[in-house]
Formats: sequence, structure tokens, C-alpha cells
Amino acid sequence: MNPPRPRPKLDQENTAFWTGGSEGALRIVKCGDCGQFTHPPRVLCRHCQSENISAEAVAGTGVIDTMTINHQPWAKGLEVPYVIARVALDGVPGVYLTTNIVNSPVEEVSFGDRVKVVFEEQEGIFYPLFEKVG
Amino acid sequence: MASKEAYITGVGQSEVGVRLPRHPLLLTLDAAKEAVAEAGLTFDQIDGVFSFPGKVNGYLAFSPVGTDEVIEALGIKSKWQMGAMEQPAQLAAIAMAAWAVKSGICRHVLCFRTVYEAGGMADPAHYMPARSDTVSGASQWTSPFWATSAACWTAQYAARHVHQYGMTREQLGQIAINGSKNAMLNPRARAITKEELTLDKYMDARLISTPLCLYDCDRFSDASTVIIVSAGDALDEIKCEPIRIAAMSGSVDRYSWDQVEWPAAYDAGRDLWQHTDYTVDAVDTAQFYDGFAFLPITWLEGLGFCEKGEGGRFIEGGTRIARDGQLPLNTAGGQLGAGRLHGFGFAHEAVTQLRGNGGERQIPGDPKVAVATSGGGPLAAALLLAKD
Repeated sequence: MNPPRPRPKLDQENTAFWTGGSEGALRIVKCGDCGQFTHPPRVLCRHCQSENISAEAVAGTGVIDTMTINHQPWAKGLEVPYVIARVALDGVPGVYLTTNIVNSPVEEVSFGDRVKVVFEEQEGIFYPLFEKVG
Repeated sequence: MASKEAYITGVGQSEVGVRLPRHPLLLTLDAAKEAVAEAGLTFDQIDGVFSFPGKVNGYLAFSPVGTDEVIEALGIKSKWQMGAMEQPAQLAAIAMAAWAVKSGICRHVLCFRTVYEAGGMADPAHYMPARSDTVSGASQWTSPFWATSAACWTAQYAARHVHQYGMTREQLGQIAINGSKNAMLNPRARAITKEELTLDKYMDARLISTPLCLYDCDRFSDASTVIIVSAGDALDEIKCEPIRIAAMSGSVDRYSWDQVEWPAAYDAGRDLWQHTDYTVDAVDTAQFYDGFAFLPITWLEGLGFCEKGEGGRFIEGGTRIARDGQLPLNTAGGQLGAGRLHGFGFAHEAVTQLRGNGGERQIPGDPKVAVATSGGGPLAAALLLAKD
């Protein structure tokens, strides 16, 4: 049994990201003026500094951009090995998520794999994990 | 009266150990005494104290000593002081001191980095962060996915290098193997490296986060390193061979470990050469930050010792980076071999080699130019040091 995941402290900037999974949505801050995305989420667009931003649901699919198989148990009881990946999100150019690839043996996960988001809830936080597609 | 040049004059280092009983402020005193003695200065000639990252009260093991208490305890009459985490990597504190003496607002600045990361674990209530189940700031984007350590984040870059350019574990292992060979000849590395690391042992090591294994990660240690930076027009006050800070560069790339493709070492590496007439071919020894073994690869490529993607092949077999090779690397052992001095050790060793004070590990010839670097991920700072 894995220990509970560290819990992000919710604030004005990050709440939409960490709770979007309650509606099945992966939400990334998008600019209403220039149309570009800002992640980590901010109260302004990092590209044009517009304050006309909102957290928009994105496709929730993507591709593994880089990954490592972690063997070190960083917390007591943490089951290893597991995959830490950086996922490039479809339709969200320039935004990457560090995440875990779940529901596949670690040796079957590799660069370029197509993945989709699966949310894992823990006390109101919806952690966006990813699993292989197909 | 502004002086155009900045020099490293004194360098000093305390004992380097694991769980040293000596108080970290006393380790700092040891290093400071050695540094001012080498420079031929006294504490009352020091008029600035700079550090990275300053005292970190929530995590004293990481940084147990601040500029305030060094000024007070050493009886320094300081004009300008600076202890800050928000800098482009550890050696930036030395770069800032260089700007202070170049602009004429200080004459001799004492720069230090003290670590107590091994000793602190023996007294967690005092030295370690309070346990918390919540995360905020940058760590909220990694810790919830058990990407807890910078080892995991660095592994993501290293794995890309493996995937894209074919770096092998045998190649990467040369960083730690070279470090251990050099550490065996460094009297201050005795507590960290007790025997030479072989390729077989490296290949059999426990994996931490692929491709990084145990030997690719530096070891917590207790130590202090002091670097004195002096103004060009104050050199008549010193009694050692001054080493010029010929160029410096820093880079912060979005302060993010996961939104950028490669560490900031590539930007800082490229930029360093914009501030000097020296070229990469002039460098006699490289002292590259190796908190994780992949980071020197990024500096080799970023500074242009080889093309991007060629770092693994550049260090293959280890002969090129050995003490008698084309580019002697981390001649004191680096952090992998000589302990996690957190950046300042690289400037210390660069100066030691340029002055011919390397003892058994001294590189051959008469080295005149060295490069020292620090940082990882989104942070990078580099110093080009010259005996000219």
C-alpha cells in the first residue's frame, strides 16, 4: 500500500488544475487574448501578460516526451519501481506535465508512447496520472 | 574609484566529513581563516560578505550559517552583504562579489558556502525541515508524483540524452569513476571516497532513477568553503598569486525543471564566451558541477568542448578527462568523489590547480585557464578563471 501522495496547497492560481478532475477535466490556463497557454498556472498570461485568462479543459491526451524509471523509495512504504514521465499535451503547445504512467508494467513504457489522463482522487485533490492508449 | 577587474585571492576549506561533530559556524571559521591567511589578509580588511543561499532557517542542514553571523563572529566590518537563494546557481554569489569589487563598493569580499547535510541528519529536530504532507510552489508539480528528488528531475534530462543521442551507462560512469580516482589523491576527500570506483562496481550499482545509479548522485557532507574576491586596485594588499575572474555567466530558464527541454547550462555555457577573448581551446582544466553525473555532460556540451549530443562519447573510456588528459575534469574528485560542497568546491579547486597547489593531484604543465560551473536544471552559473 503506497503512502498518500503529497498534497498541493490550493490557492487562487492552482485550484482549477488540482480539482478539475472532479468533472473529468484537465484544466490548463489559457489566454483569452493571445490564445496561448500558461503552465504552471498564473493569474496572468506569461506570453502577453494579459489578465484575461481562464483555466480551460484540454484534450487530456499526449505523448511521453521523456521518462525515468524510479527505483528509489522516497517515502516509507512507497512501491518501486514506477515511471515518472514528462508528457507533452495534445493541443497545448509548450506545456508539459510531470506525472506517473500507471496501469502498465514499467518495462512496457517508453518514449513516444501515446497516453491519456486518468485522475486519482485523494481527499478532494484529483492527481492527473496518465496511462497508455490502446 | 572603480576597478575594472576582480580577482580570486584567498581560497580556504574546512575539513570535509560525514557527521562531523564540529559546529558549522566553526567549520566556516576554519575555511575563512585558511582563505585570509592564503591571501595575506586579516578579517579587518574584509568589507563584504556574500553567500549562497544565506541561512535557511527552515532547513539548517542545507544552509546552517548566514552572512549576519559570519560578520559578527569574525569581527568583520562589512559594507555590503548578500545571502540569497534567488540567484542563478551557487557560484553567482562569487559573481556578485566580483561585481561589487569591480564597481568599487568593496575591496575584499569573503564568499562562503557551508553545508551540514550529513551532520544535520543526526539532529533532525534542529537541522531538518518539519514534516509536512502538503507541498506548494515549484515542488507541487513534481512531489505529488513521487518525483521527490532532483535525482528524478535530472534523470529526465539524462534519459532524453540516452534516447536521443545514445549515451550509455558505461560512458556516463566515467564521471563518477574519474571523480573517485581524483578523490583518492585529495586529502580532504578521505571521509567521502575510501576506494577507487571500478566500472564493474559502477555497472552493478543500485539504480536510483534511470539512467542514474547510486554512484551518479553526490553524497551529503559537512564542510565549508571560502573564496575571497578582491578588487584589481587592492592587489597590493595581498600576498598570493591573484587569479582573475576573466568572465562570468548566469542563466535561469523559467525556474522550471520540467517546462524546458534542457538544463540552463547550455545558455550559460554559450554566454560565457561572449564576455572574454579566451576561447574554449584555452581551457586547461574544467571543474563542473556534478551533484548528479549527467550535469557535467551538459556543461561539456553547453560550453562547447564538444557538440550537443556528443558528451557521452567525449568522456568515453575516461582518458580525455583524466588528470593527464586533454581536459582534466573535477581534479579534486568533484562532489561525487569529494562530497557535496554545493558549488563552491569547483571554484576552490580551479584556483588550487591554477596555482599549482594540487599536490598529488596537480595536473601537469602550467595550467593558466580554468572554468568552474555550478547549478543544474533551470539554474546555471559559470566562472572563467585565468592566471594572466
